[in-house]
This record gives sequence, C-alpha cells and structure tokens, in this order.
Amino acid sequence: MNDNIKKVLRHPTQSEGLIFERSSPGKRAFDLPPLDVPAADAAKALGEFHRGGGVEGFPEVSEIEVLRHFTRLSTWNYAIDLGMYPLGSCTMKYNPRVNEFVARLAGLATEHPYQPQELSQGCLKILQLLEKCLLEITGMDAVTLQPAAGAQGELTGILLIRAHHEKLGNPRKTVLIPDSAHGTNPATAIIAGYQVQNIKSSDEGQIDIAHLDQQVTGDVAALMLTNPSTLGIFEQRIAEIAKVLHAKGALLYMDGANMNALTGVTRPGDLGVDVMHLNLHKTFSTPHGGGGPGAGPVATKKFLEPYLPVPVLVEKEGGRLALDHHRKETIGRVRAFGGNFGVLVRALAYILAYGPGVRRATEDAVLNANYIRKRLEGVFDLPYTRPSMHEVVFSDALQRKHGVNTMDIAKRLIDYGFHPYTTAFPLIVPGALMIEPTESESKEECDLFIDAMKSIAREAETHPELVKTAPHTTRVQRLDEVAAARKPLLRWKPPGKKSETAD
Amino acid sequence: MAYPTEYRYTKEHEWIVVKGGVATIGITDYAQHELGDVVFVELPKAGAKLATGKIFGSVESVKAVSEIFAPASGDVVEANAALQDKPETLNSDPHGAGWLVKVKLTNPAELSSLLDAAAYEAFIAEKQKEASS
Amino acid sequence: MRYLPKSPAERQEMLAAIGVQSVEELFSTIPEAYRLKKPLNLPGPLSEPEVIEYFQARAAENSLGYASFLGAGVYNHLSSVITDTVLQRGEFLTSYTPYQAEISQGTLQAIFEFQTLMCQLTGQEVANASMYDGSTATTEAVLMAERLTGKRRVLVARSVHPEYREVLKTYAKNSGLSVEEIAYTAAGTANPKGLQSALRNDVCAVVVQSPNFFGAMEALSPLVETAHTWGALLVTAITEGVSLGVMKPPAEADIVAMEAQSFGLAPSYGGPFAGVIASKEKFVRQMPGRLAGQTVDLDGRRGFVLTLATREQHIRREKATSNICTNQALCALAATVHLTLLGKEGLREMAEQNLAKAQFALKELLTIPGVKRTFTAPFFNEFVVELPRSVKMVNAELLKEKIVGPFVLGSAYPELTKHALVCVTETTSRAEIERMVAAVRRALQQPL
Repeated sequence: MNDNIKKVLRHPTQSEGLIFERSSPGKRAFDLPPLDVPAADAAKALGEFHRGGGVEGFPEVSEIEVLRHFTRLSTWNYAIDLGMYPLGSCTMKYNPRVNEFVARLAGLATEHPYQPQELSQGCLKILQLLEKCLLEITGMDAVTLQPAAGAQGELTGILLIRAHHEKLGNPRKTVLIPDSAHGTNPATAIIAGYQVQNIKSSDEGQIDIAHLDQQVTGDVAALMLTNPSTLGIFEQRIAEIAKVLHAKGALLYMDGANMNALTGVTRPGDLGVDVMHLNLHKTFSTPHGGGGPGAGPVATKKFLEPYLPVPVLVEKEGGRLALDHHRKETIGRVRAFGGNFGVLVRALAYILAYGPGVRRATEDAVLNANYIRKRLEGVFDLPYTRPSMHEVVFSDALQRKHGVNTMDIAKRLIDYGFHPYTTAFPLIVPGALMIEPTESESKEECDLFIDAMKSIAREAETHPELVKTAPHTTRVQRLDEVAAARKPLLRWKPPGKKSETAD
Repeated sequence: MAYPTEYRYTKEHEWIVVKGGVATIGITDYAQHELGDVVFVELPKAGAKLATGKIFGSVESVKAVSEIFAPASGDVVEANAALQDKPETLNSDPHGAGWLVKVKLTNPAELSSLLDAAAYEAFIAEKQKEASS
Repeated sequence: MRYLPKSPAERQEMLAAIGVQSVEELFSTIPEAYRLKKPLNLPGPLSEPEVIEYFQARAAENSLGYASFLGAGVYNHLSSVITDTVLQRGEFLTSYTPYQAEISQGTLQAIFEFQTLMCQLTGQEVANASMYDGSTATTEAVLMAERLTGKRRVLVARSVHPEYREVLKTYAKNSGLSVEEIAYTAAGTANPKGLQSALRNDVCAVVVQSPNFFGAMEALSPLVETAHTWGALLVTAITEGVSLGVMKPPAEADIVAMEAQSFGLAPSYGGPFAGVIASKEKFVRQMPGRLAGQTVDLDGRRGFVLTLATREQHIRREKATSNICTNQALCALAATVHLTLLGKEGLREMAEQNLAKAQFALKELLTIPGVKRTFTAPFFNEFVVELPRSVKMVNAELLKEKIVGPFVLGSAYPELTKHALVCVTETTSRAEIERMVAAVRRALQQPL
C-alpha cells in the first residue's frame, strides 16, 4: 500500500448477514403497551380477509441485534460526515444537524396534513417563509413546494408550460434539450406528452444561438436549460436565449440543479427564465440519506401562477394562512398531501442560518472548484476551457493512452479515502470526470483530493494494473453487475424454498 | 473474428443471411464488443412485422441499451428463445448461435443495397481509426 | 460562518494559486448587468439556538396537546426511538445514492432487506426500493400496466383515496390515458357490476384500494378474475400498511402500490413518506424505481448492487420507465428498521390492537342516538358513520375540547353529506375514545 494514502485505510470488515438470517421464532425487539379495550376476534371480524399468525418470513430478532445489525451495515458506507464527495451536479454539502433536530420537533413532525388549518398556522408560516426566501433567491414571482424531488419538479414545470400553451390554443409538440442534459430532462418531457429534440452544444460547451434560432419553431413549447450547464460553465448568452425563445412564443425552463453556483450572485428570474425547479437536497443542504428524500420546488414568473398545483398557500384577513384548493386553472395535483414538509423544514433552517450571507457559500463553492481545476490542469485533459463555476469537467484522454479510463480512476480514488467523482457524464465528454467539491470542503480536504488525483495519474502511467483492478481496500471487491442483471436476485428467500409463493 | 462472406451487413452493425427463403438476422461481433457483456435481449414475437430501418428490439448491457434496426422488411417467423436464458451467447457467438430473429422477407431485393463483408470490415476499420485518433 | 471551513488566510492562498485577486473575478462569466450588487433580502443569519427557537415557536402554533381521529391516508402509529438512532448515523443520513457499490454496501443491503420485507407483506414476488409516496406509486403502477398491455383506458374505483385519483388524472392527461371512475356499493367496496359494464378490451388497469378510503376491505379475487378476462391488470393501492399484520396479502393482484408511512414515518404534515411498487417477477423490467440485487464480488463474497439500471432515466433518457431519480431511501430505511423492530409478532399485535380499538370506538359511537354505521364491509382501523347533523359542526365542537375530529367525507364525496371517516389506531387511548364519544354526544344534543 502506498504511503501517499493519508486518509482512511482498510475498510471495516465486520461480517453481518441479512437480518432474516438472524431471525429465530420467539425473539422480540419491541413491546407494545397493553390493550385497554376488549380484544377483537380478528377471525370473526375479518372473515375471509383474516391472516392469522403474522407475516410469513418476517424477522424475529431482539433489540440489541437490530441495533448492532444496522450499526454494522452503516460502517460499510461512505458519507459526507466522513469526507468529501466530489460528485458533479450533486452538491454533496454538509447536512447541518440542527436541521435534523428541528424537523423532529413535536408540533412539527406530529402534524397531520388534514388537521384544521387553524391548528396548522405554525406549519403554514414555515411554508410561507420558505416560499418568500426561495422567491428572493430565484428572482421569480410564484412558487409551489409540492414536488417531491427534482424530477417531479421538472414534470410540474413542464406541465405548467403546457397549460400556458393550451390556454393560448396550441399545446405545441416539442421540447428542446441540450445533449449535455441530465437524463431526467428528456424522460420528463416524454411523460409530459412532448417529443424531445436535442440541441448540440458548441465547441465551448454553450448553446449555439444561431442553431437555436433555427430550431425554435412554432411547434417548440420550451427549452430545458441547466445553468450553469453540466459542464460547470455559465450560459453567458442566456438572456439572448430567452429572447429568441420568447420571440416565437416558447418558454425558457431552467433546471436549477446547479444553483449552488448562482445563489446570492445572480438570479434566474433576472436572466429571463420563465419557470425553474430547485433541488433542496442539493443546494439547500437537506440530506441525501442514501438516495432521498428530496424536494423539488418550482418557481415561476407571474403569468404561470394560475396553473400552479393545488393546494396553494394564501394569506387571509388578519394574517391567517390557509391552503386554497379551488384554483380554476390549476394543472392539478402532482402528489398527495402538501409536499415533503420535513425536507422543507430542513431547507428553511439552512437558509435562516446563512441569512443574506448565503452568497458566501456560493463564493466558497466556486473558489474550491477553480482551485482544484487549476491544480489538476495538465494532469488531466480539460476538454472545455471556458471558466468553470462550481464544478469542473476533465476527461480521461491522457490516461486512456495507458489503458486506464475514468471508471478505473474513480475506483482507485476510493482507496485514497474519497468517494468517486461523477464518471461518464455529461455524455458529450467521452470519459468524463465531473468534479464538484462544494463549499463544505476545507483547503486541507481539497489538497488531499488533489494529491490523490495526481498520485493516481502517476499510477496510471507506471502501474496501470493497480488502477484498473481498484478498489483494493474495501470490504468487497468489484461486484459482478453482469450476473446481477442477467439473473436478478431481488429478495431474500428462506433456504429450501425454490419458488416464490404468496406467503 | 472473421465476418462471414455470405452475410450482408448494415452500418448499424446488423447482419442478415438468407437460407431457403428465410432470413436470419443478428448483430455483428463489432457491436457485441462495443456493448460489453449482454444481460438482456428484447425481441419481437413470431408474427410481428419488421420494417426496413425501423427499430425492432434492443440489446442491453449493464450500462447501456442499444436499439436494433431491421436491415430488411418481413414477418418474424421465430425469435431466438435461447437468448432469454443465456444472453451471453450474443457475446460468444454473435454470428452463429447468437442470432436474433428469423424472418420471411417481403422484398429480398432490399439486400443488394447492404454492405458485403469486405465493405463492412472497411467501415469498422475506419470507425476504429477515428476512435483512437 | 460555521458551515464554511476556511479561514480568510486560506481563501487568499487559494485565490493566489488560481491566479486571481478576488473571488469576484471567478464570476466574470456572468454578465455584469446580472450580477447582484446587494446581498439578498433574507431573514437571518441565525445562530443554532436561534434556529431552534424559531422552529419551536412554530411548533407551538400547531396541534400539540390535541387528540386526533384522523386517518385518511396518514396514520399515527407507535415507533421505537431506535429507528431514529439508526437513521441519524451519519453513514446513513449523509450518504449518497449507492451507485458506487463497494462503498455503499450498508445502504444496498438495507434496501435489499426492505425489498424483501415488502414482498413478504404484500405476497408479491419483487418490490422496488421506494417511490416518492403511495399516490405517485399508484400512478406509476398504472403507467407500468400501460407499458405491459399497450392499452390506454384506466378504471379506478371511487373508493380509492381522492388525492391518489387526482394525481393519477394529472399524469394521465399528458400520457394519453383516459381515466374513468367506478362507483362503490352499499357495502362500501368497488362495484363489480359497474366494473363489468365498463370493461372492454382496451383497459390496461383496474385500480382499487384495500382497505379502501372508507376503511373497507375489498375482495380482490373476483376483481382480478374479471379484469383478466378482459386483458387488464389489477392494481391495488394500500395506504395503511399495518393492516397487513392481520389481513391476507394481496397476492392475487398484478401490481401493488403501497404507502409505507405507517411503518415508523412521522405524519410530518404530509411528507416525506415512501411509496413501494411490488409485483410479479415477469413484470420486473417494466417496473420503475431503483432495485438492489444480490451478486458476488471477484472473491466470491456476497454483495449487493443497484441493478436493471437500463430501465432508468440516467441510461434510457427518453425511453425510461419513469423520470424518477431521487427516491425515498432514508424513509425506506426507517420503515426497514421499524418493521425489523416490530417483527412478526409485534406487527401482528399492533394490527390486532388497531382492530380492537376501532371496533370499540364504533360500538361506543353507535350508542349515540341517530349515529349510524354506513358501510357493511369488514374494516381495519377506519370506518364511516353517518351523523344526524353536520360533521363540520360536530368537529367544531370537538375542537373546543381539544379533539381533532374525523375526516369530513362530504369534502371529497358530495353525496356523503353527513358522513365522517373515523380512524382509531393503537396510539389512541380508551380514555380518549370515550372522551370523543361523549363530546360527539354533547355536540349532537346542542339546540339547532
């Protein structure tokens, strides 16, 4: 093992099977208080619907076994609490713990979405303040907090655009999407009933305005733009882009996944954006939790407000807040109940902690990304040379000469104690290394990352096999994904049971 | 791997060969190599109609999906059921046991506009040159 | 600022290394006209104690101290503090989606266990690693049925949660699906005759819920049979998963869309929750959402990976089974820990307590003159009663006694003008039930 590796070395290897493999009849982990009403005769009350004897195969373990089981599992994970995730466009920043504390407060965690509105003023005030803050940050006029994640926010945004066009008599047919876009963009457009037309990026990773002008016809409903783009580059002529679209009656949708480069420095609303979504689990620090939950609020200009999903937060006489379910032109609901309230609380806590100084976070994010870019320039190929904002995209072109590709480099980075950066995205950069440090990383952590990447680049030249067979220090080696896809094994089955049965 | 001279090829890396009035269609060795380990193949049922140049199925690896385009028009007589259980056959024997569908052609003359083995080999040699430059 | 780990000196060092004088230069690609000259007008900055104070003040303005008889898709249940202890471990809370399997085995194994538990609960063969919630899971289940059958009509029972139906309609409108509703019977369940007369060869999915919005249990077998004779799939939604502790699993259904909120997730004013889609193995390639699969590493050690990713947006893009990226991983983890703690006996016991409490509450309510039970189908922890006077009025009186009364059905079902959906779980004490009944009795005795 290399002396250069300064961080965590050997991965914990506590052997821990599936919880079902620990199970044994008669073990209990949780007791309920005794019943204070007469017991019901379940078989009599439910008749044909009755299942006696509990769920077949359900685990029976003790309290300590449950706690140890999940604690051990947790030690096999990497996490922000341990170190940097340089994942591009994911904005893996620090998840402040006070956010967890306030989201769990009795009086917030306990509230039922259907309880009387006069008993929910505290919740509604939180929603109202968050709405005001997000409008200030985005420079837009109206907002909905309902979508459960970025992708759902995108869908909501496109549906708002559709409603607008339908009102004018023609829903139009196509949505334009840059070839550098995140996969949710085209997937969303299809679900919204539109066809997708790709726009090629220019050599500088920007939208080619002349081409755009030709592509925007009366059939185009909108352009879905990520700004900065997935290359980490600001779309300099965005205001012109908006003009080109608006001249033909098309709208500009902005994917706000990269807001971490813009917050407090510029506002999408000022740039001509008509509608956008935000990812609260990116820019606004709510925890990823292994893959979610998130929240994807959608902010719009005034003319799209009538179409917002119901319910809409309104203020009545005397400052009383209420939820309005009767909006004639609404696109409807995109999910049951109001939104991921617990996530919204965390996002508001984050904003309140920063206040007007939230620009500082953006500055540090851009500072970190440019520092890493400067010090790795020449070590890795830089396909687009325009200034980077909060993330930088390299390619593996130099390393591929030695047979080492971006996936290999990413896996070797694990041995150096880091989570990999984003590999192989955006698609327009073959062999991409997409790196976003976020503002949560200290200079020390950035330097450790830079040193690790430099070391791996050297290894690619002198010991390519070491890189190609990485990682070497994790609990498991590279896993056979091909077998997993050919013969999917998606659940535990009790030993001896070959076929799937109902119980 | 050699490209059989009695087969015809498309620029989308499909091959087709006719024996006794029935055409067999598959993807080339170049295609399977680019895809990597095949995990799943989606094929039309018997009776489905193929239209030249249109997508009629897909081949999946772990990280990618590739559409398969019909090199000629016709009615599907049989799909290769063995690939359901052993998709890896596409990797090991793409020109033989890894065939995809057998088709009754509606217009056998269409085959004359396809590439022969030598032209296809030249085509992929060019592609490989571009990729490494 | 306490979240930013840099000293002024370090910032200077880094700027120097980059070769610029100030951080402002790094924003030079943003046209001058669009760069903000003043800080944003935002509240704060607040210290940690001040943040806590703000939210504690908001918490005091809600319903603390009130008893509640609301269900209607969100349920109060007991849970152990251990669930939170596990969830708050940084390696679970602050970890990323497990795309890099070697350093995410904790998350992946937990997902695999979640998928297993969901299969055991529902009697289905395969389950995904969660969707946003039950309402979007139900919609995605319908879209899945559309892909599987190629048909475009959907029949959904009116006894399915009203908001679930609304969400379905929002998505359907833009997918070219037509959605029609099937009436319910006097028993409170989906009307099989209504279903028969609406079914033709062009239906992809028949959607029901069990226990349904009225709390009533739907007999699935006859509905499945009817649907299948017309080439349609049977989708069943479950909003109250604890019912499965004492109810037969919906194994006959083709696709199950379940809300996992009842498994240890706080009501939290409507979210975040976790939806699950469970179905047959033969349908798995059309199933949306992430899937964790078992495999081996180079040394033959068992491990887990995300699999069948080619269904998903990051590979298929336009042709993906869904646009979903983020799921509800942490919520699914909470459900996994919770169900593991409850275990086989604990879940059964919890379900039986719900049954007992609801039966008791109904019995007590029926002693009030003029109060009638509305539907006859067996119920779990929710049931519908008809009051001789307006439910809104009765609820207003209950509020004065710090009781949040039952759901007013008239708001979602105009024909059920005087009907209330009462929910009683194991968290409602006998004393609270009796207090509620007494308050209802008093409210109904009030002069008109």
